[in-house]
Amino acid sequence: MDRMNAAALATPLAGGALIGLASAGVLLFEGRIAGISGMLAGVLSPESTAERGIPLAFVLGLVAGGLAAFMVSPGAFGPPMLRSPLALVAAGLLVGVGTRVGGGCTSGHGICGIGRLSRRSIVATITFMATGAIAALSVRLLGGGA
Amino acid sequence: MKALRWIVAALLGALFSVGLALSGMTQPSKVAAFLDVSGAWDPSLALVMVGAIGVYLPLQLLIRRIRKPILADGFSIPQNKSIDGRLLGGAALFGLGWGAIGYCPAPAITSLAVGGVGSLQFVGGMLVGVGAHELWRARAARSARSSRPEGGTEGLAEQSI
Repeated sequence: MDRMNAAALATPLAGGALIGLASAGVLLFEGRIAGISGMLAGVLSPESTAERGIPLAFVLGLVAGGLAAFMVSPGAFGPPMLRSPLALVAAGLLVGVGTRVGGGCTSGHGICGIGRLSRRSIVATITFMATGAIAALSVRLLGGGA
Repeated sequence: MKALRWIVAALLGALFSVGLALSGMTQPSKVAAFLDVSGAWDPSLALVMVGAIGVYLPLQLLIRRIRKPILADGFSIPQNKSIDGRLLGGAALFGLGWGAIGYCPAPAITSLAVGGVGSLQFVGGMLVGVGAHELWRARAARSARSSRPEGGTEGLAEQSI
């Protein structure tokens, strides 16, 4: 029982540490915040021109790393909480627009922003955690899985 | 030199996604169980953030002292300090989408090759949302530059599109 609890604590901490390390790597090598919504904006923005390749490479690395992790441990991946294509696309739109209007996501604000003690990021993180809680509760109460 | 930057970026992305998978954040049910504080609460996401910030915070303090990043020409750290309607509104919307599905940008992309049609639909919506916002922002910046001598982007919120 103790070993199970220790493992349950260790893998989120260890995984988080790797995320933090990768984010620090982005700062060290590219001088940028490792905000994934910002990376997507860098890839998609009509203004980007020369700088598009680097965030694109990072995003492709995310996909490749995910594939590799899946091959080692498929149980590490699970399905989204809702199945309806409409819900998935709509939620994706909310995330895409919301992260850009708000200037960041869980990695940009939640890790890098809090990691540099930015008040703006702390407020943003509290805000998206709060509405996230409301949405998660709503999905559970409304039966989910639709 | 560009190729080196791409390789390093790809390796960092892979490290990031392996960390995500290890952390359990590619399981939307774990994310939902964390966010849904009134349900059967799973504190894992908090531990992920503790692990991530615990590593990032001290490292970024060190890294900020160097004159120039290793590969890029300079640091590009956001300087905006304002806590305004855009920040709050954007974060609120993001949280709604995140909490409903259990995906935020990084885990969604990490799951793209293995998550089936559901992750494709979510990422599709996300890319449209990001792309639409960037298009809007580029247009607003262009019209701000042409209509005002200072051409700043601070007034974006007031611009009617």
